[in-house]
Amino acid sequence: MRLASVDAAALAVGLRPGMPLADARAQVGELMVVPHDPVLDAEWLDRLAQGSARYTPLVALDAPDGLILDIAGAAHLFGDEAGLIADVEMRLARLGMTLRHALGPTADAARALARYQARPAPDEASAIRRLPVAALELEAEATTALVRAGLKTIGDLASRPMANLAARFGADAAMALRRILGDSPSPLDPRVTPPPVAAERRFAEPLGSTVHATKVLTELAAEAIEELGERGKGGRHFRATFFRSDGLARTIAIETGHPTRDAGLVMRLFAERMDGLADPLDPGFGFDMIRLAVPRIEALGASQLGLEGGAVKEAAIDELADRLATRLGRGRVRRLRPADTHIPEQAQLELPAIDAPAPLPWQAPEPGEPPTRPFHLFDPPQPIEVIAEVPDGPPQRFRWRRAFHAIRRYEGPERIAAEWWRRRDNGGLTRDYYRVEDAQGRRFWLFRHGLYDEKPDPRWYIHGVFA
Amino acid sequence: MRESSHPLAGLRQRIARIAASDGVESRRGEGWLASGHARFDDAFGGGLAVGRTHEFFAADALDATSAAAFAALVALRTPGKAPLIWLRTSDAGKRSGHIYAPGIAELGGDPDRLLLVEAADPKMLLACANDAIRCAGSAAVIVESWGKFPLLDLTAGRRLALGARDAGTTLLMLRLNAVPTPSVAETRWSVAAAPSHALEANAPGAPAFDLELLRWRAGPAGTRWRLDWNHDEKCFGEAALSGALLPLPARRAMASHRAAAA
Repeated sequence: MRLASVDAAALAVGLRPGMPLADARAQVGELMVVPHDPVLDAEWLDRLAQGSARYTPLVALDAPDGLILDIAGAAHLFGDEAGLIADVEMRLARLGMTLRHALGPTADAARALARYQARPAPDEASAIRRLPVAALELEAEATTALVRAGLKTIGDLASRPMANLAARFGADAAMALRRILGDSPSPLDPRVTPPPVAAERRFAEPLGSTVHATKVLTELAAEAIEELGERGKGGRHFRATFFRSDGLARTIAIETGHPTRDAGLVMRLFAERMDGLADPLDPGFGFDMIRLAVPRIEALGASQLGLEGGAVKEAAIDELADRLATRLGRGRVRRLRPADTHIPEQAQLELPAIDAPAPLPWQAPEPGEPPTRPFHLFDPPQPIEVIAEVPDGPPQRFRWRRAFHAIRRYEGPERIAAEWWRRRDNGGLTRDYYRVEDAQGRRFWLFRHGLYDEKPDPRWYIHGVFA
Repeated sequence: MRESSHPLAGLRQRIARIAASDGVESRRGEGWLASGHARFDDAFGGGLAVGRTHEFFAADALDATSAAAFAALVALRTPGKAPLIWLRTSDAGKRSGHIYAPGIAELGGDPDRLLLVEAADPKMLLACANDAIRCAGSAAVIVESWGKFPLLDLTAGRRLALGARDAGTTLLMLRLNAVPTPSVAETRWSVAAAPSHALEANAPGAPAFDLELLRWRAGPAGTRWRLDWNHDEKCFGEAALSGALLPLPARRAMASHRAAAA
């Protein structure tokens, strides 16, 4: 076993990453060792990235142990860049973490400075030129070759023609050098995409009560809605993030079925969601920032209320659907839509009402004919015991849920074959459906799963009940 | 929660309501869910009163579909696009089956009007019912429950009924596999499947229902009705003499069915 990484104190007494554990123990008797867990590390980094959203919406992970923040246009919120860095340091120190940081004109330059800067420099440009060639992160052989050739710093390399470097060490080396020097753009892959509309509030003193936090959220909702109104848009998703002063962030999101600019509705949905939380919103030592983001917006023109109140009633139903979906879960409030298939159990889709597509026409009933499809459908079908003539006779009696039913009337079979692309598999059996009525007048939909030449002893099932 | 935040205001409203209704609780709503069957509707002054609670008990666990279909058809008969809000618990699909839209379409109903709400347990079901019933603009609210419903005591029932009256919505309580108990419902029915009028070759015919009026706040109970559903006219009709009681030759049965349909 070897040391994966060491902290500053261990470094000071001469321990190095990669050292065998036995050697390290021999050097330092009271060594504290924790097993290396990359998954937990990654989770922690992701949480830090989530918390860094307080500084800027553009946060990129630099696995395994770095974060890149695009603070362009965001630093003044903390006074200046130094103020922002002080805030980061203060918060990480509270979490017991040490930090190496650097600011740079591009993401790659900042990253190289944070990871490889060994000597202080008067300004950014010279700091970059003084970086060791290891900052290019080439293969170890290539780095050694550069150092042997006397090219020790980025500045040394930059003063030579780029073509030579590319010819000797490949195009990637040249590209890495260009990016560090800022000659070619180094795009950031942000962890989250910034929402199109957002409003936030920071507090000098953390808010210790959820009631106050809700009040602030109401103000933020009004602000966000005003912005939506100016842009002629309505929000479909609203996401409130509560940043706690100890670095945790809790996100609560709601969704509406139609774009909305109704702050009252948004707040009612938030109240619904917060009431239903399994673990309630816990202020801990207080929230020091609350942000309301609207990640999904859609066009919404100014609306005129109908004179007879029809639009108002429809809006009331939509709001009810949103509220119930917020309380129960979006998949539990559903609308039914047809699917183009003749397999009965696949002929209807139950879709969340919140984003169900526009209605499609259903199969119209045959005039004068009784319904051929049941009112209630069992999915999966329930097995029954049937007495029927072999091979193709209609059922005479059947037993379902421990009760016998004598069949008085029947119609069938309606033969429904499996889709041709499934017929080769076992599931591709043909079904013979019968509409039957028992002595009490109850109407059932039974089928025999498989023809006698498809299967030696086909089973019978009940698939539905007619009105 | 929200109602209890203004107890005084709530009490005042309640007193005003009682005063307005002269103490008579079963005041007529402003409309009816008509069945389309003239004698049936006349007997109740126009049908099932809007703004009231109506209970449908399945006569037997196997009659669940008949009870559900009767409630749904009465609500979906109403013209317009007003949605039918149908609340059930998660296990309802296993017990009485999933609501099957192609079947509803073949009965002449519009499945696009259905808004299905699936609650995890009876407690949540009741909470959602209280919200749904207070939302004006629905054709009706169906609350489907299976077995005993101890949470639906007189207080809970009264709260639902008041909500329905204030919002002018109709609550159709679907009680499957349950024994009728006292409640504040305007009407209480026991619904069973009835033998259908046979078609050619002894095929099962149009849906037929056997209804028994167990209780009616505004009149005598105990009447029985046999109704056939006619999906072409979208109305309930007189049940033809059932083949189970009086066997008819297939040809004559066919002719009389045509006459009934015409």
